[in-house]
Amino acid sequence: MLTLECPYCGIKACETELAPGGQAHLVRSGAGASDDEFEAYMFARTNPKGVHFERWRHAYGCGKWFLAARCTATLEVFGTYPAQTSAPPARILQEISARRPDERAPK
Amino acid sequence: MSTRLASGGRFLNRATVQNFVFNGKRLRGFAGDTLASALLANDQMMVARSFKYHRPRGIVAAGPEEPNALFNMGRGARFEPNQRATTTALFEGLECESQNHWPSLEFDIGALNSLAAHVLPAGFYYKTFIHPRAFWKHVFEPIIRHSAGLGKAPQDRDADRYEHLYAFADVLIAGGGIAGLQAACVAGESGARVLLLEQTLHWGGRAVNDGAQIDGAPAQDWIAAALAKLTALPNVTLRLGTTVSGVYDHGYVLANEHVGETTPGDGRPKQRLWRIRAGQIITATGAIERPLSFAGNDVPGVMLAASLRDYLHDYAVSPGDRTVVVTNNDDAYLTAIALKEAGLSVPLIVDARRTLTGPLPQRARDLGIRVEAGWAIAAVKGTRRVTGVSLCMQAGEGGVIEEIACDAVAMSGGWSPVVHLWSHCGGKLLWNPEQAHFHPDPARPPLGADGKGFVRAAGAANGQSQNACADADHAARAALAHLGQTARTDLTLPVLEHPTQAAMAPVWVMPQGANQKLRAKMWLDYQNDVKVSDVQLAAREGYVSVEHTKRYTTLGMATDQGKLSNINGLAVLADSLNEEIPQVGTTTFRPPYTPITLGTLAGEARGEIFQPLRRSPMHEWHSDQGAYFEPVGHWRRPYCYPRGAENHADAVKREVLNTRNALGLLDASTLGKIIVKGPDAGRFLDMLYTGVMSTLPVGKCRYGLMCNENGFLSDDGVVARLDEQTFLCHTTSGGADRIHGWMEDWLQCEWWDWQVFTANLTEQYAQIAVVGPKARTLLERLGGVDVSKEALPFMGWVEGTLGGFPVRIFRISFSGELSYEIAVPAGHGRALWDKLHAEGADLGAMPYGTEALHVMRAEKGFIMIGDETDGTVIPQDLGMSWAISKKKPDYLGKRGQERPHMTDPDRWQLVGLETLDGSVIPDGAYAVAPGSNANGQRHTEGRVTSTYFSPTLGRGIAMGLIRRGPERMGQIVDFPTTTGTTVQARIVDPVFYDKEGAKQNV
Ligand SMILES: [Zn+2]
Repeated sequence: MLTLECPYCGIKACETELAPGGQAHLVRSGAGASDDEFEAYMFARTNPKGVHFERWRHAYGCGKWFLAARCTATLEVFGTYPAQTSAPPARILQEISARRPDERAPK
Repeated sequence: MSTRLASGGRFLNRATVQNFVFNGKRLRGFAGDTLASALLANDQMMVARSFKYHRPRGIVAAGPEEPNALFNMGRGARFEPNQRATTTALFEGLECESQNHWPSLEFDIGALNSLAAHVLPAGFYYKTFIHPRAFWKHVFEPIIRHSAGLGKAPQDRDADRYEHLYAFADVLIAGGGIAGLQAACVAGESGARVLLLEQTLHWGGRAVNDGAQIDGAPAQDWIAAALAKLTALPNVTLRLGTTVSGVYDHGYVLANEHVGETTPGDGRPKQRLWRIRAGQIITATGAIERPLSFAGNDVPGVMLAASLRDYLHDYAVSPGDRTVVVTNNDDAYLTAIALKEAGLSVPLIVDARRTLTGPLPQRARDLGIRVEAGWAIAAVKGTRRVTGVSLCMQAGEGGVIEEIACDAVAMSGGWSPVVHLWSHCGGKLLWNPEQAHFHPDPARPPLGADGKGFVRAAGAANGQSQNACADADHAARAALAHLGQTARTDLTLPVLEHPTQAAMAPVWVMPQGANQKLRAKMWLDYQNDVKVSDVQLAAREGYVSVEHTKRYTTLGMATDQGKLSNINGLAVLADSLNEEIPQVGTTTFRPPYTPITLGTLAGEARGEIFQPLRRSPMHEWHSDQGAYFEPVGHWRRPYCYPRGAENHADAVKREVLNTRNALGLLDASTLGKIIVKGPDAGRFLDMLYTGVMSTLPVGKCRYGLMCNENGFLSDDGVVARLDEQTFLCHTTSGGADRIHGWMEDWLQCEWWDWQVFTANLTEQYAQIAVVGPKARTLLERLGGVDVSKEALPFMGWVEGTLGGFPVRIFRISFSGELSYEIAVPAGHGRALWDKLHAEGADLGAMPYGTEALHVMRAEKGFIMIGDETDGTVIPQDLGMSWAISKKKPDYLGKRGQERPHMTDPDRWQLVGLETLDGSVIPDGAYAVAPGSNANGQRHTEGRVTSTYFSPTLGRGIAMGLIRRGPERMGQIVDFPTTTGTTVQARIVDPVFYDKEGAKQNV
């Protein structure tokens, strides 16, 4: 039963208020994409034991989608941030490297 | 025999007698008794039959670790199985009966299993019930079903109610013994919001019965003072009878409070589930005494030593007149001393240790109790209760050196900290070889959102029973520091003193060299009938993982969950594998700590309020008309409106024919209505729908399909353009919320720079479909809006005032008839509905339900999301390429639909199906093809997606997906039914009725 802070309304939301949306920062491959690009977009997921960037929706709150950086093994949360970005913000990456010096930055 | 002593019993109120019934026998206890203490006071030593061998079983423990005394409690609507006598408070009128016996506890048929124990070894079921296969259905399965499961399932709806309570705490403390109270004092007096929960009905834990002194006085004095202090603090909440059952991610905790169990029917909830979010959790859950593994350690009358002491002190119950104590530690001497001081006989203390140095053995000897060091119990005598023990040397193989008559045995194999709550969320354990137990590893606690530990163990639960006050003090201060709160520095640490105990010595099998015959009578897990020999057999058969061994032998399953059997079983397994115990490790501790009844988990969410129902503004009218409702998402929609003696099929037939021939009214309010607005709205909808929406003129409607990125059809509906920047998207009734979420996902996460807003207005409007040849006449009677063919052509919409109502009228049709869908603000819905019925009465206006709607759309070959689609169907399969733009560079699902599998001409595609005999093809039937696959199953070449009796055509019609279907018009396909017959159908065009659309174009 995770708690994640919604970056829009500032509420520390319980998991029961949230809807999960899978891996964050996927690049959409639409018409004209190669088979490999489309496969990567549709099906290839990182599924790490460690730091993971995820999509969550504050479904029973403000309704906004946001993104979270979280450790899938320990459930540690490094931070949440608005979904209107194609890469994790610098402050999130700093937070991760401060707490997990050995962790490699995401592609 | 087991009796009540004339005086004593610190929890008893002897002034209040409570009558209860056990297996039909009327018995008496006192207020303050548990069911277990009351049974023991009535000499009910044997209370159950064991699960597998139906061996006589007695009460072993005094707390939640009790494995045997599980009862069917109450009757009728208050019947509940598997209620534990040791944690059930006695009350006047309580009724219970023992489980696993037939026909009676004393004369049990299943006990024959015990004679066959040698053929029921570990993994027996896996080994035996395999061949012959034909035996499964008629022999093995009935036997397993008859003997499977503990207790009986209730037959009636639960008469009691349950509730949930949400709570928040800075520091949640599980356990109200000395450690829990001390932690609560430190955290509470420092100002933290504290929640202290204790599973029993008494504060103080074991301290009093263990002879502890605090600050030089009996522990009871300090407990009373601490409680007075805590009760006065407004920031501290105390609850007895409340078990913390599970610790979950990020400090989420469930606890179960017993509320009205002893006063059934008084209106209070029976139990209350606490749903807690805690900043820090301190587990002060104490420790559980371990049994010793000697032959016959399950004979009624063999009990845990400290539990026997509890019955004596707390309830003035003496389980036996002559009690032999058997131990590997000093703690059990407290029991011998207590028995002796109560005037009872302790003929012998059997101590497996060779040298006894501590003051407690000395005190026992001083009281005149015989103590034998290095001895062991070779076997317990007696079947339905202990009659004596035969004794041997612990170091030997069990050669009997003496026999002693007794009627109870108090055993102690040492203590295991209760680490369940620590472990639930990932806390790791360390092995302490001196105490032979696992305890929490403070370096590896469960981690919270901040990456730091959020659970701390204190006192006996931390392996620190002798040092509980200081340990709890430390835990509380660390918890406060973690929370950024300041702990008070002016509090004095209480000085806790226990009777001095010398070192224990691990004893896993008694005697050490016991032969196979003895080991086959040493029970590790009483509840699941697992013996030392079973675990050893599993090891010999190659089970090296403790998790596998658990499943194979059933050790520690069911309600035990590692409370009594865990360490002893691990030790035997480790020994068999020639490994150290920490290398073998423990099984996973999972919530709940003690079982929670399903009613408590459901709380108030049952019956009508299990889930909210959505009702249209006309719902009451439908109800008054006797409509038969069907669920559509959370909505309840009229399926049909039977009149008089009509059955549902008759009603549907009438509704269809009346709509086709005169005038039907449909409550379409549940239809999804989403506004999409903004400068980029058209561009956005062009991505969302397979067709083009941006070119739709204001005042017009267009049908559209939505796909997911795999290309699979997900929803459909009519879009109306309200103005240059505003579209109204109709979705399916069940899909509105999902599609609205889908739109928001793309707008927020992919095209966040597009200027578009969405709003789900589904419930803001009532919608009524006026359908049939007389639809226009009715609307003209209401007046105010020109609904002529010229002013409002097919697929157009207008806004206006119809009969005084502010409306939007969409000229769209899902039935093939002349049809107007009228949207009106929800508050006007019922009035407009009434008015349409009143004005249309002489035109033949009748309501029709969802089934008539389905039949009419199927007659017209219109698809229905969820019937023709199942998440694997693309629009091209449904012959809907006309609704897919060839010009658009992209839309959601376009790339997915270009994959080779999606363009394969062998795909199953939509056709109509006309049965040769006019019958209706059964729902879900598959069309079979010649030959069979590798599993011997018939090849299939299609399936039915919609199938109805068409009142309009007077015969069965169907739609289905058939391989290369559209190329095979006129061919016959076979649909085998579940009754063995086959229905033959001809492949035809899916439009069965009015192919030219003449009826709607008027
Ligand atoms: Zn929010």
